[in-house]
Amino acid sequence: MTMPILEISGLSKAFGGLKVIQNLDLTVAPGEVVSVIGPNGAGKTTLFNMISGIYQPDAGEILFDRGSIVGATPEEIANRGIARTFQTLRLFLNMTVRENVMAATYGATKTRMWQSALRTPMARREQEEVKRLAEEKLAFFGDRLVGYRWDQPAYSLSYANRRRLEIARAMATNPHLLMLDEPAAGMNPAETLEITGLIGRLRDEAGFAILVIEHDMHVVEGVSDRVIALDHGVKIAEGSFEAVAEDPAVIEAYLGYGAANTR
Amino acid sequence: MSNIGVDRWVAESEDRDQRYTGWAGPARRLLDRVPSGWKLLGFLGVAAAYPYLVAQSGLRIGITALLLALLAIGLNTVVGWAGLLDLGYIAFYGFGAYFYGAVSSDQIGVHWPTWVSIPVIVAASALLGALLSLPSRRLVGDYLAIMTLFFAQVFLELIVNYERLPGVETNLTGGPNGIIGVEPWRLFGFSFDTFNRNFYLLLFLLGLVIVLLRNIDGSRTGRAWRALREDTLAAAHMTTPVNRLKMLAFAVGAAIAGLTGTVLGPVQVGVFPNNFQLLFLITIYAALILGGLGSIPGAVLGAVAVAFTPEILRNPGTAGWLFYAGLVVLLIMVLKKWTVIAAVLVGLVAFGSAVRLAALAIWDETILGTANDIFLSDLLDGWLLILGPAQDVVSNYAFVSAVAGVLGVIAAKGWWRAALLVPTVYLAIFVWENKLALQPSITRQLLFGGVLVVMMAVRPQGLLGTRRVEIT
Repeated sequence: MTMPILEISGLSKAFGGLKVIQNLDLTVAPGEVVSVIGPNGAGKTTLFNMISGIYQPDAGEILFDRGSIVGATPEEIANRGIARTFQTLRLFLNMTVRENVMAATYGATKTRMWQSALRTPMARREQEEVKRLAEEKLAFFGDRLVGYRWDQPAYSLSYANRRRLEIARAMATNPHLLMLDEPAAGMNPAETLEITGLIGRLRDEAGFAILVIEHDMHVVEGVSDRVIALDHGVKIAEGSFEAVAEDPAVIEAYLGYGAANTR
Repeated sequence: MSNIGVDRWVAESEDRDQRYTGWAGPARRLLDRVPSGWKLLGFLGVAAAYPYLVAQSGLRIGITALLLALLAIGLNTVVGWAGLLDLGYIAFYGFGAYFYGAVSSDQIGVHWPTWVSIPVIVAASALLGALLSLPSRRLVGDYLAIMTLFFAQVFLELIVNYERLPGVETNLTGGPNGIIGVEPWRLFGFSFDTFNRNFYLLLFLLGLVIVLLRNIDGSRTGRAWRALREDTLAAAHMTTPVNRLKMLAFAVGAAIAGLTGTVLGPVQVGVFPNNFQLLFLITIYAALILGGLGSIPGAVLGAVAVAFTPEILRNPGTAGWLFYAGLVVLLIMVLKKWTVIAAVLVGLVAFGSAVRLAALAIWDETILGTANDIFLSDLLDGWLLILGPAQDVVSNYAFVSAVAGVLGVIAAKGWWRAALLVPTVYLAIFVWENKLALQPSITRQLLFGGVLVVMMAVRPQGLLGTRRVEIT
């Protein structure tokens, strides 16, 4: 087995008396898609927020590329190669589609402000590179985010396209690990199917390791190499989709006590 | 793939909203095609011709407008781009002005050459801006505003009350009297010692700053500023060093304000605490917001509008023209149908004649005064009461009644509104002719406020601003 790119051990977090994550272990290998499922309030998004540096864990260790990222700021973590999307979309709405993606290249570029102000050759070259990179990332979504939209403000996009743009923006930070928080939320069945294919392409073509939170079981079934089920901050099952879906603890978590026996 | 059609419709709906219609359409489209560099050159060219067209007083207003424009585009960097509500901005303007005054006058007997003092002052202002951003870097919105407002107030207190550093005899700021005898910029043996020369100096600085800022706006730094304005947390997750960029925005804004300050001293041959009151900060904000937050051409246009409008209104004839034009436009907007408008106008003259006859019947012709000599005065003759001796008392009551009438018109519906409208309009005209037109200094402020309110109601995004949305 290859060395995991993300390795979480003994992770715990409480908000006051509420234990949101309890003693969680989790690994993601390079090129692997790991899905995190669980009922609302299970602690999935809190887990994402701890990995991406919004919250600090109370206990436990998060290793990324063999280095600890506990205590690092979101910006540092993003620079080290973890990119994420948000469950409630957080685009730069009043910037153009292309600018949204270009803005995510700040950490990877070097032009100083005075160089931009004077438009030095180096500044112009880098600007062109960033522009090309952004268009490349947007082209990944085929005709969904095609050229005529690049100069439109992000708020003019439909809901599904905003989700796609958020993924494109995350890709532009050049990550090793991509964390998608409910990428199919609010999408119709056709779009959901498309997202399933997209996540597969993100792994196979773009080569990301992917950690994904998703409620739609069709998506989870379609994309997951491995599934982890959380309930009240505790890992209740882990394994292939089929194994987790059949797990009595998972069925109980979703449907209530005793539900597993009546199937 | 059927939903692409819907999607495209959504995407293009913005264009449909923005599509220009009517007679202004072709002109606007033509203007949109002109590259912004040419527009800047055009503006600078027109502005450069300005001193040849006006007298000395006009030149002073032009200089005020240029100072305000420079301050507005500097403020735009902090507020319009980085989205940081900075109320301490005025302190950097004052810092630059006082610094330049101190090293270019007899105040402390130091006379630095301009090519030394300007770079030092700009750098020091930027540094001060960066330092002041340190304690406030975790704050946003209202809290940042309160904190920075405190800085502005502290600056004012310091220059007025602590003119001497502890243990030093030298009077640094001149206290409440300010610094007098500030010398002009001198570069390459050329002295900017007239209004004319300072006007061109400011115009050059404005052009220079605009070019530099425009380049920054489209660059990595500009994008990062706007990203953190839109969503700071998301920007941080997209590799933006939020605190450093906030500090940079403060520093750039402060540097521009400090630079502008160095020209204020030479223009008025002194710097005084009064130049840096909060009221002037609000004027800068007014210029920026009127012009359009986030837009450099907007900030310049807003500054020109804010500097010139009160001067134009200084002339009672112009002010009267604006008042009646506003009244007519308001009537058209409220009533819409021309038949109703005509009815109201006829009612107005009938009502006015009745009031006039009644007044003359009760008292006599001695109450009458002479009408103001404006272009419309012939039209008012015969139905509007122009009071002589009793003017002050009556017009004050009429003023209050007119305000009550306006409130009544807003609250009333249907026929009540129409019925109330006639006496209210009459009272408004009565108050205008009997009170407001006679006190232009107060009236122009009222009118200016009215113009601003109407402007912002019609175009909330400002003259040249783009509409921002906050939907999620």
